[in-house]
Amino acid sequence: MTGYEEIILDHWRHPRNKGRLPDATGSAVEANPLCGDIVRMEVKVADGVVAAARFTGEGCAISLASASLLTELITGKPVAEVEKLTDEDLLSALGGVVKTRLSCALLPLGALRRALAAEDSSRRTLPPSEV
Amino acid sequence: MDARIRNDFPILDRTVHGKPLVYLDSAATSMKPRAVIEAEADFYRESYANVRRGVYALAAEANERYEEARAKVASFIGAQPGEVVFTRGTTEALNLAAWGLGETVVEPGDEILVTEMEHHANLLPWQETARRRGARLAAAVVTPSGELDLDDLRAKLSRRTKVVALVHVSNVLGTVNPVAEIAAEAHRVGAIVVLDAAQSVPHMPVDVRELGADLVAFSGHKMLGPTGIGALWGRADLLAELPPLLTGGEMVREVWLNWATWDEPPARFEGGTPPIAQAIGLGAAVDYLTRIGMEAVRRHGEELTALALGELLARPHVTVYGPHDPGVRGALVAFSLAGIHPHDVATLLDQEGIAIRGGHHCAQPLHRRFGIPATCRASFYVYNTPEEVKRFLSALDRVWEALR
Repeated sequence: MTGYEEIILDHWRHPRNKGRLPDATGSAVEANPLCGDIVRMEVKVADGVVAAARFTGEGCAISLASASLLTELITGKPVAEVEKLTDEDLLSALGGVVKTRLSCALLPLGALRRALAAEDSSRRTLPPSEV
Repeated sequence: MDARIRNDFPILDRTVHGKPLVYLDSAATSMKPRAVIEAEADFYRESYANVRRGVYALAAEANERYEEARAKVASFIGAQPGEVVFTRGTTEALNLAAWGLGETVVEPGDEILVTEMEHHANLLPWQETARRRGARLAAAVVTPSGELDLDDLRAKLSRRTKVVALVHVSNVLGTVNPVAEIAAEAHRVGAIVVLDAAQSVPHMPVDVRELGADLVAFSGHKMLGPTGIGALWGRADLLAELPPLLTGGEMVREVWLNWATWDEPPARFEGGTPPIAQAIGLGAAVDYLTRIGMEAVRRHGEELTALALGELLARPHVTVYGPHDPGVRGALVAFSLAGIHPHDVATLLDQEGIAIRGGHHCAQPLHRRFGIPATCRASFYVYNTPEEVKRFLSALDRVWEALR
């Protein structure tokens, strides 16, 4: 039966970087009221680079696969580059997603953006280099 | 059920993703037969004008058609035309009931009793009424098998209970609630009974007097009729006491700059230009269902539900919600596949041309009670066939093989 790209099934069955990130510098939860999907994205930023990213969540194959793939896409990348990641970038990395399910696929990206913003704001209030 | 019925529904000829459409989401909304589409179009082509106020012949004709539709709907549920208020649908009907009873019978410290299996449309209006009036909202619980816990309901009924609002047939569990029995108990404490009949009026013979509820709400679009039209039936003496939800044109007697007097029901509750063509379309839908016969509609729904239910229950990876006896269920089955999100099931079935619903079906508290975020739901109507149910089941098996 077709419908989901192999990459979605693979990340759904074998999630990468699943679990909490105890020393996260940024963390955010995003929920989809349509289906009750909930995803938490956590990042650890050091020297302007995403040193680690992890996710936890409950939901459909598309949102969980997207979260898993997203952690792989951003780990080791400069924050400035990650911030430029577009919806289309993520959707094409997933091999395409049916239009009725775009909100599921993009849920983790919303959480990631907020996690990075939280990371930013915490850095502004308590800049580690200046403490 | 006569297989030729399908030919009356033009949309059923279409394909989805290159496959013949198998539409199993009639609990959300039903497809329309040609007779309904044409009745609406004919009205626009031949008799269209505004209702109630015009003195010219065309307006009188439009008014006559509109009132004929009301009479058809009334007779369909065993009521008098004057007791049938046209609304936009069940949601507006229930909001009208909740607003009106909030203004007249619910006092601070009183209680409104609902159930855990309510659609949001029969929950949120009562939340709002309770908040506005300083009343308490209580909910009768649902048993693990998906039935109302009648002992709990009885225990929560008291002299303080002013309203009991409940669903006739659950849009998730399919459970047919014993309305007459509950209404009798509610009346014993002096409460008014409001019934959400959105899933029952389209699918089974409903006689409002036998049900014993005081206000009954349902939608046209779930019973082969157009969108934007539904009804609230009410006991005449109760309707006479209720204030309007919408004020404006065509619902008044006398208007001065600082006061006005309301018209009698049902006009009092139909402020503004009503959905006239849609009401006439609903009249045609009622004619269509009456020709089939509601007993036959019910039997057909039961047959398809029994087929789906039996097959689903036989699969160990499938969980079915609600009663297992098709005789006490509406024409729908909610289920889930172990470890697979309902939206994934619905998306993969869609690729096969099969439309089912995945989600919380506007009943979040009910899903929370069962500890699940969502379910899949297949629902059936007069145009569905056993072959379609079999196609759905074999596609479901392929979904399971692909995602297990």
